Amino acid sequence: MQTFKLKNRPKIIGSYSIAGPKEGKGPFGKYFDYIMKCDRFGEKTYEQAERKMLEIAVTGAIQNAGLMVSDINLMLAGDLLNQIISSSYTARAFNMPFLGLFGACSTMAESLAVGAVLINGGHYKNVVCATGSHFSTAERQFRFPLELGCQRVPTSQWTVTASGASVLSLEGEGPEIAMVTFGKVIDLGISDVNNMGAAMAPAAADTLAAHFKETKQNPEDYDLIVTGDLGKLGSEILIDMLEAKGFKLGKNYSDCGHSFFTRKQDAMCGGSGCGASASVLNGYIIKKMKAGVFKRVLFAPTGALMSPTASQQGESIPGISHAIVLEMGV
Amino acid sequence: MKNEKLNEAYNAYVEARIPKTKPWPSLFNAFWVGGLVCLLGQGINELILYLFPSMAEQTAWAWTLVALIFIASFLTAVGVFDKIGKFAGAGTIVPITGFSNSIASPAIEFKHEGIIYGTCVKMFSIAGPVIVSGVVSSVLVGVIYYIVGLF
Amino acid sequence: MFLIGGLVCMLGQVLIITTKITSARILVLFVLIGVVLQAFNIFDPISQFAQAGINVPIIGFGASLAKGAMSAVESRGLLGAFTGGLEATAAGIAAAVGFAFLFSLIFKSRTK
Repeated sequence: MQTFKLKNRPKIIGSYSIAGPKEGKGPFGKYFDYIMKCDRFGEKTYEQAERKMLEIAVTGAIQNAGLMVSDINLMLAGDLLNQIISSSYTARAFNMPFLGLFGACSTMAESLAVGAVLINGGHYKNVVCATGSHFSTAERQFRFPLELGCQRVPTSQWTVTASGASVLSLEGEGPEIAMVTFGKVIDLGISDVNNMGAAMAPAAADTLAAHFKETKQNPEDYDLIVTGDLGKLGSEILIDMLEAKGFKLGKNYSDCGHSFFTRKQDAMCGGSGCGASASVLNGYIIKKMKAGVFKRVLFAPTGALMSPTASQQGESIPGISHAIVLEMGV
Repeated sequence: MKNEKLNEAYNAYVEARIPKTKPWPSLFNAFWVGGLVCLLGQGINELILYLFPSMAEQTAWAWTLVALIFIASFLTAVGVFDKIGKFAGAGTIVPITGFSNSIASPAIEFKHEGIIYGTCVKMFSIAGPVIVSGVVSSVLVGVIYYIVGLF
Repeated sequence: MFLIGGLVCMLGQVLIITTKITSARILVLFVLIGVVLQAFNIFDPISQFAQAGINVPIIGFGASLAKGAMSAVESRGLLGAFTGGLEATAAGIAAAVGFAFLFSLIFKSRTK
């Protein structure tokens, strides 16, 4: 069994999202709580800007929950930089217990799932979960310098500059986490780092199929099924793969990355990065759930668990996907 | 074994799903921008020879390349080169401008890691192979040329 | 020369599209082409005709490396094989490195 039902149903009582200027011009722009004017954010380096984004998201989520920083018992966070420095340095600023998680771009679901399980077990009261990504830090770590004059291939995706944070607790109002499904590492041998969608889609298919099977549900039982950053190609592959497993994704399926930018924004297959699913969940989905638009949401972002070293050595890209079920007013 | 077969099938499937782009526009852009860069080089070269008629042809070409390298690294620094490069592709990579850009862009990008470990170390992260392969092969050519000359 | 320079660049673009190779590999490949052309003494006739069309592309850089090595072998013997190549291309390399260093002190990279 990969899926657990959470009897005490921890709630997301506070959430906050922050995004860069390009992201702010995208379709989700009006839902983000804060849009940066400049993506260096007044800092000396882009790494510091990423950190500052994460700090603002965490502070914002705690305020949104009506709590103080001292009320939080644990911080769960992760990011894309080596040794998850953005999260660790952010935790340093808050002086609270911290567990660093690495689930690449699936980190938002991983942190919420781990946090929800800890709260459900009665071990913690208030937990803050956060993640973020920055285009310029990811680009210099995984790809090329910003000023290099090269062309992007059609399957590539655009790492979004965005961050999101949620506060979990048993007391308060907000979407409840009813179930969590932890995913397996799946690798079908894609080694093209410019085609992350195809590398991660099998992991999403595996986790979602396991979720539907174990809970004896169908895709139609959800108002919204959302993956993280499969992009255009990846989500098409996911639809194909799930159909082969006997589950048909309909109009209720969408991908944060695929719909993150408009066609004109030149992001090829769509947005990617931890920030994509984190900011869409905390900016758009939770607000829509509170407004009653969605009642049952299956949130299953995916992560590509590779490093530049591994891919230079010709290793293929393993993918992972964790799913959580959010319910409000059911 | 079974897994490898599965992987192959999946790779083939993905390959088939990748959106195909029309090659012609990008080939055309590479062609005319690349041609223009060369035309610019020719113009600079002739200007130099016009101003200094006594200059040797070889020297004039060296100055031309230095001028093009200067232009390319300046455009890289002010953030214009990558926009042209995105449009022209090989049109700006293949000329000497691409070499200059591949040295200037990491130099600027990694300045925050310090002058020694950032700028100086990373400067050759992309252009390094070009210099290494060029030097190694030219030494090889020289040695062979020497041996052939012995007989 | 516009035509030839353009065609050379287009060849590079064909390689990018068909083989998905990165710009560093393109540069290496074209430098090697230049070295080979020079080694077989084909570069000079092309250069006479194409001028900047072949000298501005990185092929010209490869050719001057090989040419430097070959002419230094003639004047200095075997040692020339080691000194000639870099000597002939010193201006280009030093300019690229020097300007890059200078600009890196002044400018910052920016997000697109």
